[in-house]
Amino acid sequence: MRKIALAAAIALAASATAPAIAATAVEPPAQEWSFDGVFGTFDRNQLKRGFQVFREVCSACHSLKLVAFRNLKDPGGPEFTEAEAKAIAAGFQVPSLDDTGQPTTRDGILADHFPLVYPNDIAAHAANNGAAPPDLSLMAKARENGPDYIHAIMVGFHEAPEGFTVPEGAHYNEYMPGHVIAMAPPLKDGQVEYAEANVPRTVDQYGKDVAAFLMWAAEPKLEARHRLGMGVIIFLSLLSVLLFLSYRRVWRNIDH
Amino acid sequence: MASGPSTYTPSNGFMRWLDARLPIVRFANDNLLSFPTPKNLNYAYTFGAILFYCLVIQIVTGIVLAMHFIPNSALAFGSVEYIMRDVNYGWLIRYIHMNGASFFFIAVYVHIFRGIYYGSYKAPREILWILGVIIFLLMCATGFLGYTLPWSQMSLWGANVITNLLGALLGQDFTQWLWGGYSVDNPTLQRFFSLHYLLPFVILGVSVLHVWALHHVGNNNPTGIEPKGPQDTVPLMPYYTTKYYFVIALFTIAFAAVVFYAPNLFGHVDHYVEGNPLKTPAHIAPEWYLAAFYAMLRAIDFNFILDSKVLGVLVMVGAIGILFLVPWLDTSKVRSARYRPVFWWCFWIFVADYAVLSWAGLQPAGVVLFQTGVGEDGNPVGFSITHLSQIGTIYYFGFFLLIMPLLGLFETPRPLPDSIATAVLAKKKGGAAAPAGAASAPETRV
Ligand code: HEC
Ligand code: HEM
Repeated sequence: MRKIALAAAIALAASATAPAIAATAVEPPAQEWSFDGVFGTFDRNQLKRGFQVFREVCSACHSLKLVAFRNLKDPGGPEFTEAEAKAIAAGFQVPSLDDTGQPTTRDGILADHFPLVYPNDIAAHAANNGAAPPDLSLMAKARENGPDYIHAIMVGFHEAPEGFTVPEGAHYNEYMPGHVIAMAPPLKDGQVEYAEANVPRTVDQYGKDVAAFLMWAAEPKLEARHRLGMGVIIFLSLLSVLLFLSYRRVWRNIDH
Repeated sequence: MASGPSTYTPSNGFMRWLDARLPIVRFANDNLLSFPTPKNLNYAYTFGAILFYCLVIQIVTGIVLAMHFIPNSALAFGSVEYIMRDVNYGWLIRYIHMNGASFFFIAVYVHIFRGIYYGSYKAPREILWILGVIIFLLMCATGFLGYTLPWSQMSLWGANVITNLLGALLGQDFTQWLWGGYSVDNPTLQRFFSLHYLLPFVILGVSVLHVWALHHVGNNNPTGIEPKGPQDTVPLMPYYTTKYYFVIALFTIAFAAVVFYAPNLFGHVDHYVEGNPLKTPAHIAPEWYLAAFYAMLRAIDFNFILDSKVLGVLVMVGAIGILFLVPWLDTSKVRSARYRPVFWWCFWIFVADYAVLSWAGLQPAGVVLFQTGVGEDGNPVGFSITHLSQIGTIYYFGFFLLIMPLLGLFETPRPLPDSIATAVLAKKKGGAAAPAGAASAPETRV
């Protein structure tokens, strides 16, 4: 009887930390990610493809301001070579000052961050029917089920169901809370030319790749974290065994 | 400070000289080494040591974070991301600090519930208990202030909700004084940072008083019977210190599992969206450890003499305030729930109640759990999170205001053992060897 009550109390206590009930959102279908699980790591090729999708499509509207070009060559990321990262940086124009102190732009260098797409929020709103495209640096952590959600948004565009009116200039998306999104479907099959021949050129694949890339952008230290954690937990487990034995030994002659 | 006569003898001339002038070694010896501790303390009694460990972790990681954090409303969010991305092991330090707060609260909840289960607040431990409640209050304040610092949507809007609540009670002038302006803005962030840095050291100070009070009256123990002599106790070192090391290692494994493999488990996704004063999030949730109080606040959705908002704040403040009175609300002479069959049930229901309230406080208030029909506006109606919170709130207060005082009058306690040593021996023999002497009759108060 007591045991049952105890178990019930513990189960209830555990449920208290369960994630909040999502209000209106449709649960995005769970994908398999190489970075899931305690040994998870990013798939370099996938990050590179995801970067390509971001560069060729999303970066027209979305910024990635927390990521620096140098990060593209950091260990645990897409791991472009230094020369590749420099070339990528040079392909972006970043704000600067000219010799007379007047604002101008110059080619990006490794130390620069991805530049803003619009000079400010008002411009971003004005250019997009009143809904500013959010910065994507943290998008994979700023939505429930981040990477699954980003992928779902990419594949979730379709005709609105009977009786559902989508406002002028907006689009129906199954996974957007409320189903109305200001972003036009950004991807179509075959749009991005991957160098790898055996990777499908479908919206589904583009969506997965760009979601993985954005997961890295949001959590660039994920691999280091997974690796260090393993060492820490193994060390602590051995330590606990030794500490337990010493505790038992100290108490061996005491009734308690 | 430690109860009982000092056992320290200085080992050489210098130590005798020092002892006559500043008995610091004697103090450490009596409090940290030879302090007589009941020999039957179980694992629930190790959480005090764990709490000190948590406080040290928060202070050390916090000081490092403060070297990189920028308390400015335009820069704070970016500076936390800078810590996550560019500071060496900044991600680790921030994830330890962020989850350290949650683990600190897990430990303090075990510690508090332990105190209630074993009646540790009863005479002569009332001051010890009250100092503990003060620490809990300071922890709630520190956790809340810390949560505002990254200046995310949750930071900003959480700060808005809480400061407006205080305003409902103390007036708009008070809120503006608190904000340092006409809204939650940069001055608010700067003062919150200053206070967030200060309060942990206040906690440290009150914790020293807490341990002073503990070492003056001695530990309670699972039997609730005071030690009757040396046969009932062991010196703290090495008996409990070795136990602490072991438990702290276990605790750290659980902590590390979260820090390394689920660092955002306790968090909210809107905590990764930069604060925007023009955009109210769909759902503002407090941190889990404050959610039970938030649920009790929202449970009051009706006016009763006072406006519902004021009443809600009073209920929320009362929920912590009532803890100060517990030593006098509980009328039973028996300390430990082991020997109180009815209280035992009421206690575990109380734990479950607190868990349900915490869960409810994290949900959007209007969510209907059991639908009974459809309202005029087409939305489902029925048993909602608010109703659940109301039931939870009634039990929460009922536990303190009705159950505690009345059980002491009507409950028949189980027979108490003669001493800790007999209880230990009985347990060892594997049976509840009926101890002699203790009468088994309803407690009477005349
Ligand atoms: C033509 C401009 C444009 C392009 C190109 C574009 N987006 Fe968007 N995106 C927007 C706008 C505008 C919004 C804001 C939508 C809203 O708030 O309704 C948005 C919103 C989003 C959101 C957030 C949805 C939410 O939950 O708030 C995600 C995720 C997103 N875009 C991902 C992408 C990805 C990935 C790509 C590249 C494959 C991309 N976008 C390309 C304009 C664009
Ligand atoms: C009782 C101990 C403490 C508790 C419970 C606590 C709690 C918190 C919490 C919940 C956060 C928000 C973390 C996040 O969501 O990112 C935070 C942030 C912060 N804390 Fe503390 N803290 C404590 C002690 C300290 C101390 C002693 C310092 C400094 C000396 C400190 C400095 C900071 C800083 C700079 C931040 C902002 C950076 C960040 O958000 O990670 N904290 N704290």
